[in-house]
Amino acid sequence: MSVVNDFSIQVATVNGSGSQTANLVLLRSIFQMGVPVSGKNLFPSNIAGLPTWFTIRANHRGYIARKKEIDLLVAMNPETAKEDVLTLEPGRTVVYDEPLKLNALRDDLKFYPVPFDKIVADVCPDAKLRRLVKNMIYDGVLARLLSIDLAEMEKALGKQLGKKPKAMELNGNALKAGFKYASDNFEATDAYKIERLNKTEGQILVEGNAAAAMGCMFGGVTVVAWYPITPSSSLPESLIGYLRKYRMDKQSGKATFAVVQAEDEIAAIGMVLGAGWAGARSMTSTSGPGISLMSEFAGLSYYAEIPGVIFNVQRVGPSTGLPTRTAQGDILFAALNSHGDTRHPLLLPGSVEECYSMAIDSFDLSERLQTLVYVMSDLDLGMNTWMSPTFTYPEKPFDRGKVLDEAKVRELGASWGRYKDVDGDAVPWRSLPDTKAPSFFTRGSGHNAMAVYSERPDDYQNNLDRLARKFVTAKSLVPAPVVDLRNGAKIGVVAYGSSSFAMEESRDQLREQHGIETSYLRLRAYPFTADLDDFIRRHDRVYVVEQNRDAQMLSLMKMDLDASLITKLASVLHYNGLPIDARSITDGILAKEGK
Amino acid sequence: MSDAPSTPAKKVNRLGLELASYRGSKTTLCAGCGHNAITERIIDAFYEMGIDAKKVLKLSGIGCSSKSPAYFLNQAHGFNSVHGRMPSVATGAMLANASMLAIGVSGDGDTGAIGAGQFVHLMRRNLPIIYIVEDNGCYGLTKGQFSPTADQGSKAKNGVVNELPPLDLCALAIELGASFVARSFSGDKKQLLSILKAAIAHKGTCLIDVISPCVTFNDHEGSTKSYAYVKDHDEILGEVTFVPYFEDIHVDYEPGSTTNVKMHDGSHLYLRKIAEDYNPSDKMAALTLLHDTARRGEFATGVFYVEPDKEDFTTSLNLVDTPLAFLATEQVRPPKAVLDQLMEGLK
Repeated sequence: MSVVNDFSIQVATVNGSGSQTANLVLLRSIFQMGVPVSGKNLFPSNIAGLPTWFTIRANHRGYIARKKEIDLLVAMNPETAKEDVLTLEPGRTVVYDEPLKLNALRDDLKFYPVPFDKIVADVCPDAKLRRLVKNMIYDGVLARLLSIDLAEMEKALGKQLGKKPKAMELNGNALKAGFKYASDNFEATDAYKIERLNKTEGQILVEGNAAAAMGCMFGGVTVVAWYPITPSSSLPESLIGYLRKYRMDKQSGKATFAVVQAEDEIAAIGMVLGAGWAGARSMTSTSGPGISLMSEFAGLSYYAEIPGVIFNVQRVGPSTGLPTRTAQGDILFAALNSHGDTRHPLLLPGSVEECYSMAIDSFDLSERLQTLVYVMSDLDLGMNTWMSPTFTYPEKPFDRGKVLDEAKVRELGASWGRYKDVDGDAVPWRSLPDTKAPSFFTRGSGHNAMAVYSERPDDYQNNLDRLARKFVTAKSLVPAPVVDLRNGAKIGVVAYGSSSFAMEESRDQLREQHGIETSYLRLRAYPFTADLDDFIRRHDRVYVVEQNRDAQMLSLMKMDLDASLITKLASVLHYNGLPIDARSITDGILAKEGK
Repeated sequence: MSDAPSTPAKKVNRLGLELASYRGSKTTLCAGCGHNAITERIIDAFYEMGIDAKKVLKLSGIGCSSKSPAYFLNQAHGFNSVHGRMPSVATGAMLANASMLAIGVSGDGDTGAIGAGQFVHLMRRNLPIIYIVEDNGCYGLTKGQFSPTADQGSKAKNGVVNELPPLDLCALAIELGASFVARSFSGDKKQLLSILKAAIAHKGTCLIDVISPCVTFNDHEGSTKSYAYVKDHDEILGEVTFVPYFEDIHVDYEPGSTTNVKMHDGSHLYLRKIAEDYNPSDKMAALTLLHDTARRGEFATGVFYVEPDKEDFTTSLNLVDTPLAFLATEQVRPPKAVLDQLMEGLK
């Protein structure tokens, strides 16, 4: 029996062995055949030598979350080969490096031995390059076994290697040699098959960090300060590439942006706030340890009301944690980041498309509210390759927020106060240096509505209360949740961020395999809007799905929601460092439903 | 003829502004604090140089010194940020608007301890800023603890002796890449004013370490940052005279004993030499001077090092002429064709 367009491939290699090109070529060739696909890199915090796994999922229904089970294993790494084989479900397929003799381990799997070293010696005369070219051979083998059109693989290779003719030739030969070896030595193709579909038309393949970087560029960022940290670095690094290419002023040839690699994350956020204070659209990108270091400045932004954007590409904490594994573990910390009473708006991208669009929106929101905005991505979204509809060009003009211009200065006159609520939305008017507007003195210490130093109890409390009202205003500005209500559904599910795709797939499993209909609310921001209250009210039980141990989003809900709603909430949690998968969510909900 | 007395013309600078328009709010520091004298000199310097205060950014960290930007140039935007982090805030602000003149005021704890990392990297970048350290060797606002510039062996009010050697912020700044490095004393009106005026003319990092005795916690016998100690041990490098580019040059120094440093904006900084061979463009000479005087328990004062043409950080970033903060949408949002091209590449 063959399994068409619905399986997962795991390639086990050694970090630094050049497998990335082969893996992306495999991914892209399936994509080019019109089959929805996603690719996840499970890699160690290491440059070379430790085991790494690349997982590709092909699915005709368009599921692009991680699949829990592995269907086809490519075992190239002697270190992990034995364990990798032993953990497979019966009936699965293994392509392996012949000398590893993995076929001796089990008799309930389909084995394909391939003498990689022998084949590569024939196609790559230069012994030094063989290690890099070797991996392309398994692509050729898989093309044959899975019925992937070899021409599509060659096209994908061209996309990866582009203008490097020598590399193209070597890798192309390895690809063909692998295909030939499989044709000559294996009787038939495998049970797993890729057949042409038309479900990737108009779609792109992109990583969330690159998508966010594009969003920052189209969002008009002008000052970027950052410090290297996994899994965030590829965001500013992609951004540097885009800015250099697309944001040099045509007439003068000069830069319409400034990028600084700061000395640490404290300096990075200091630069962001200095720039935001002086009127630039500024951002930084970091991960958990960086957020910890930025805490003091985060409080300054909240209290002195200075815009700025932080991308938090979350990884596993606490402390150093697992730098190359994913989590949604910074929700509570980011929302309340800093000492004293502090709250920050969070944007929660649930796809690479939203990494892009929320990057654009984050600058508007930050300048409108005059406060830091966190965009809470994670390693799974940020560093993995996702299929997505093409991005939409932003037609909405920038919202630079309440910045005093000459007309407003005339209107407000001497009554202007930097922290005075004149419009009833608790958002004051700010004045920028180097304009005709009046100057003022910014401080993180006590101040009154006129920005004058004050230790008066009423000044302090009034200011804090206004900031709380400003956070209420934020509710009307942040993106509303996406709600899918189903008739008769008694159970509601709430998820956010990179859990979204697995959540959608889990709902199908619950409906089709277990007869449970659910409604779904996908959170897209904090503060929560009234949509959340309504959603919970409509259902008997609501499961909040998240990728952390302590039910952090649910904890935030407990701070805000009415007690009668809180009792309806229960958590489904996933926190082993791997991207969440549908089966884990389904099992979690079934267990709580007593099924 | 009327014999009504004629009112004498008010004294104004080249912008037609009076000294008073360069003042700030009333100081809340202790009476007699050296920092207040420095504030006065800053006001004088900006007034005499005829700087438009609206083009100035005042920045600071946390501490007694960091309060002082509120006490000068009310017309300028000010930012009293967080402890030790003025350099990063200043860097961001200058990137947003490189047409501004930044003045940062810090203290010896704010710069030498909690802010040492940011101090190092600001110097290294040669950010255009006048970076003043109001140096009293102690933490005033938390009541007199030692700072990293407290001298070895000096004794705090509670009898605790500082066993650690001090940082020399000027030597560090020279080593790190600052392009204008000077030291003065809060009580030396003439020298401090000349140095500040020269710093205003300079484009790049100006580190000015100003010894400023803390009258409450560090002006007693045994303190090497007391008024009495500094007056006895101040080795003035030479007389510092500054002639702005908009004034006629009348200098009566004998050529043989004077170094004329032509500043970036065309102004002239004259250093009357003590040592005939002292050369303010020679890093090693500057470091040797600092080490030698420190070994003798003296403070050298004056301009130790100037590199007028060293490329500053904002220039090195090749920024467009319009401040980044004020770029129009069409300058910072590429057209739809760019997005289309990016999408095509990802298909």
